Amino acid sequence: MIAYILKSVGQAILVLVVVAALAFSMFRFIGDPVANMAGQEASQQDRRELAERLGLNDPVPIQFARFLANAAFGEFGMSYRQGRKVSALIAERMPATVELAVLSALLATGFGTLLGVYTAIRRNSWGAHIVMGISLIGVSLPTFLIGIGLIYLFAVELKWLPSFGRGETVKLGWWTTGLLTPSGRASLIMPVLTLGFFQLTLIMRLVRAQMLETLRTDYVKFARARGLPESRIQFRHALRNTLVPVVTIAGLQLGSVIAFAIITESVFQWPGLGALFVQAVQFVDIPVMAAYLMFVAVVFVVVNLIVDLTYVLLDPRLKSSTAVVGGGK
Amino acid sequence: MNDAPQIKPPPKAKSTLRSRLAAVWDSDLAWNFRHSPVAIAAATTTLLIFIAAFLAPWIAPQNAFDPGAVRLDDGFLKPLEVGSTGITHVFGTDSQGRDLLSAILYGTRVSLIVGFASVGFSMVLGVSLGLIAGFVGGRVDALIMRVADVQLSFPAILIALLVFGVGRGLIHPTQHERMAVIVLIIAIGLSHWAQYARTVRGATLVERNKEYVQAARVMGRTSGAIMGSHVLPNVIGPVLVIATINLALAVIEEATLSFLGVGVPPTQPSLGTLIRVGQQFLFSGERWILFFPAAALIILALAVNLLGDWLRDALNPRLK
Amino acid sequence: MARFVDTFVSAIVAGALISGLATTSAEARAIKWARSGDALTLDPHAQNEGPTHALSHHIYEPLVLRDHTGKAIPALAESWALTADPLVWEFKLRKGVTFHDGTAFTADDVIYSFERARQPTSDMKSLLSSVDTMTKVDDHTLRIKTKGPNPIFPSNLNDLFVMSKAWTEKNNAGKVQDFKAKEENFSVRNANGTGPFILVSREPDVKTVMKRNDAYWGKGQVPLDITEITYLPIKADATRVAALLSGEVDFVQDVPVQDIQKLSSDPKLQVNVGPENRSIFFGMNVGDKELKTSDVKGKNPFAEKKVRAAMNIIINRSTIQRVTMRGQSLPTGIIAPPGVNGYTKDLDVIPAADAAKAKTLMAEAGYPDGFSVTLHCPNDRYINDEAICQAAVGQLATIGIKVNLVSQSKSIHFPLIQRNPPETDFFLLGWGVPTFDSHYVFTFLYHTRTDKEGGWNATRYSNAEIDKLTVGLTQETDLTKRNQTIAQIWKALQDEVIYIPIHIQTLAYAMKPDLEIPVDISNQPKLKFAKVKK
Repeated sequence: MIAYILKSVGQAILVLVVVAALAFSMFRFIGDPVANMAGQEASQQDRRELAERLGLNDPVPIQFARFLANAAFGEFGMSYRQGRKVSALIAERMPATVELAVLSALLATGFGTLLGVYTAIRRNSWGAHIVMGISLIGVSLPTFLIGIGLIYLFAVELKWLPSFGRGETVKLGWWTTGLLTPSGRASLIMPVLTLGFFQLTLIMRLVRAQMLETLRTDYVKFARARGLPESRIQFRHALRNTLVPVVTIAGLQLGSVIAFAIITESVFQWPGLGALFVQAVQFVDIPVMAAYLMFVAVVFVVVNLIVDLTYVLLDPRLKSSTAVVGGGK
Repeated sequence: MNDAPQIKPPPKAKSTLRSRLAAVWDSDLAWNFRHSPVAIAAATTTLLIFIAAFLAPWIAPQNAFDPGAVRLDDGFLKPLEVGSTGITHVFGTDSQGRDLLSAILYGTRVSLIVGFASVGFSMVLGVSLGLIAGFVGGRVDALIMRVADVQLSFPAILIALLVFGVGRGLIHPTQHERMAVIVLIIAIGLSHWAQYARTVRGATLVERNKEYVQAARVMGRTSGAIMGSHVLPNVIGPVLVIATINLALAVIEEATLSFLGVGVPPTQPSLGTLIRVGQQFLFSGERWILFFPAAALIILALAVNLLGDWLRDALNPRLK
Repeated sequence: MARFVDTFVSAIVAGALISGLATTSAEARAIKWARSGDALTLDPHAQNEGPTHALSHHIYEPLVLRDHTGKAIPALAESWALTADPLVWEFKLRKGVTFHDGTAFTADDVIYSFERARQPTSDMKSLLSSVDTMTKVDDHTLRIKTKGPNPIFPSNLNDLFVMSKAWTEKNNAGKVQDFKAKEENFSVRNANGTGPFILVSREPDVKTVMKRNDAYWGKGQVPLDITEITYLPIKADATRVAALLSGEVDFVQDVPVQDIQKLSSDPKLQVNVGPENRSIFFGMNVGDKELKTSDVKGKNPFAEKKVRAAMNIIINRSTIQRVTMRGQSLPTGIIAPPGVNGYTKDLDVIPAADAAKAKTLMAEAGYPDGFSVTLHCPNDRYINDEAICQAAVGQLATIGIKVNLVSQSKSIHFPLIQRNPPETDFFLLGWGVPTFDSHYVFTFLYHTRTDKEGGWNATRYSNAEIDKLTVGLTQETDLTKRNQTIAQIWKALQDEVIYIPIHIQTLAYAMKPDLEIPVDISNQPKLKFAKVKK
């Protein structure tokens, strides 16, 4: 078990380094930071000097080694765009994204499971058909259109909800939250809906499929034959067996929630990491881009690790043959 | 796979074809299809969209890709208005004076090309790597699956953004316009292969240890042949389902990339580019510029998704 | 789950309440100001960038200010003049001015700030490159000696802000923000200026709050009706317009052109429109032997003046204005905006659209069937930049010029122009003239590219005579003579058609009807001039 954990951690670190290397080799294709940093009047010479000061003239491997050495100590340098420590920027923006992502994930798993169970049990009811239909439309709409549509309806036409930002936030140590103020909560609704909708439909369809399969297994049939009440079969037996893979998938989807947060945050001017990243890309703010990609990689690796370990705990057979689990998830 | 479908001499092509068609008609899948109105509707819609899109150069009122055919003076014409070129613009014109119906037909074609090609690309890549990982095992397996992890830790849109940046850096500027589509295909394709690889690897691991595969091995058949004739048929179902759903996803992803400003050039728009341009006019009143391309995208994605849904249920033996 | 739902229900109720809070109209009030981007930093010498200066202008002040029409007016300097020595400028500084922390403003602060701005890591240093020495005569008199005669030196000072020497030194912020430093410079998020507003709080990219400086020297001279500014960057156009329509913000600076009409017709809003000090134009590679991106080999079609003339004719500025810009632009025939010294109506000639003539010119130049070329265009810099390029592609196609359009982010576009040699044959560029003098246009856009000059001249145009005249302008102290030289240069350049001018960009500010904020020609609205109507 310990050997397995060590191996997973080792692989996770490898993944992180590879991600960093990949990211780094790509930055110079995104654009030239000097073009944004030097003002209109800067001469060719000024630009060369600036590039030199930033270390952009060094070979990419050297830049990468420097980055890794600093990253190991949690230092990502100074943002080219804002002249602030990248670590401070990330810490400042993280609460907004985490709040948004976690609430969306909760919304998606909660309602996704409920609706999935409903559509599976009442497979042929009108309600189930309508829910399935709406879910399909959800999967067929680009996230940014959903966001803009919501803003148009609820902010401009109905004036019920604020169209941008986080509203008033409360500081809890270094963490900020919008959950404790009315305007903060109101500001959360549309972004959470926008971000959670796609995941919700995904999880709902997954639960439905799993549930339908489980309801056909022998032991459910056996339970029926024993005359157990249908509701008890459905919830005690079928749902429990459905939830294990669902939790796994939901966990793995957290990565994509954070990725889609980029778009949601851009549409709603949500001051999170995704919006920070988009602006960093536009400004070619290399330190911020690198730090963000590392952050995403860390989140994913940690989630993967937890999923791996959960598997081991849930399925005793895997304890002996860890090799199968290595990348199997 | 290199030697998988051995060429069989076709002795009586006609009867073989007919009997094959008959076999297809009688298959469970076909039966299921004939008895599912949703599947029929979705398939018909998908087919109609495909045909319309690929016939765009012949049926579109205007060549939407020829900047010389478009009159800027005709910009912002309402649906059904007649422009200076004499064309009745059924869906109106966009901000450049381009006939929106033509733009949608041509745009759907670009979106579908990107969708199909990227799905094909990721399918071939993912299935091959999955087979190799599952069959060879050991370090190769570990390596491939770790690369898959890296890929999955880079959210699809990020990968696409980065590939797009790299592609643009490597390609000669004169080729940019043409290469944009290929870069998009690679970008979107690269962000989906891991799914196939995982599915196929899982199935391969299961099949590998079955007696018949062991027996085939003992009989001296090569790994390639075993993979081709025994493992592949077993994974075709799930792979097809993933592929169908990914087709819709790829079309939407292309739209999203366009929204982020890294899609195809506006002179050769895709549905996504049209939507990106159209969303600027949501508040100013020219809503048709957003509405028609968005509707086209939704109908296309919906039809393909429905088809994928049906396919998954139909291929799942336990749901019958 | 129940709690979660509960939270949402209460949030919906709260949201409904928000919209119910109507802002009351008074003669003085707080406003919420939204624009597309945030200031990059509050360090006044770290970034020479429009939105950064626009915010700084509320907290810090320069010696000489431009009002919204571009006229130079006194700020921290009450008056300025050349002394008997043509190299020495004397500035009489305003008395009785205090910084926000209460310390008095003196010539020492100016010298300290300008020295800070001249550091190698400063982005403002090029504006002070002609400074030789600075001397304090007394607390409120300052002499600046330039290396050579510089008749327009004060025009360089509009965005050079004065910091408090004591405050900056106390907070160890004497060195301009350096990106290799380990720690954030104190002045990045803190500020202590002499300006009309005092920084209350700043969350970069989210919100900056400033309150009125009641000890402001200009109290009584300017309206100063705004009691508090909440500055909110909102990047997405649709979201920014939505925030205005829903009443969440009072003043939106970057209104998308297509929304101007809708917003003006809204009785709860008004839109002010005015020209910006910025022209938009196409540039061509006129100097190389062969174009890298063309199908014509062995010769350069852009080197042919008739080809450039044909393009100048066929690009229909009035259609671009009417359709692409929704009427919100001023078509132009010269790349210097009106208001810039040297601009005249006679130079600003827009050729009549004449397809036949353009085709004849192409045939005469030896390209009856046209040629192909790649056009590079930014898609996130100027108003509707990509759409302008697209429109031009269509119009050029009518004379056989097949244009491949590559539109991309400014971070990729500008390096194509700046690199040596440039990596574009045909490009869109916009140019603002902060000094309001033609020399600024000549030296950056027409002068042969060298290490110091021609930094934005990607046309490969090189004319020794023009270069000599341009450099001569910096030495000439006789303004009449100088203006004659400017006219002479323009005449020669206009004849060459090195650039194809399209239009002067128009700015639109949308606001609640009780506000009166005129459009600022440099797009840096100064809210001390804003009025609140009854």
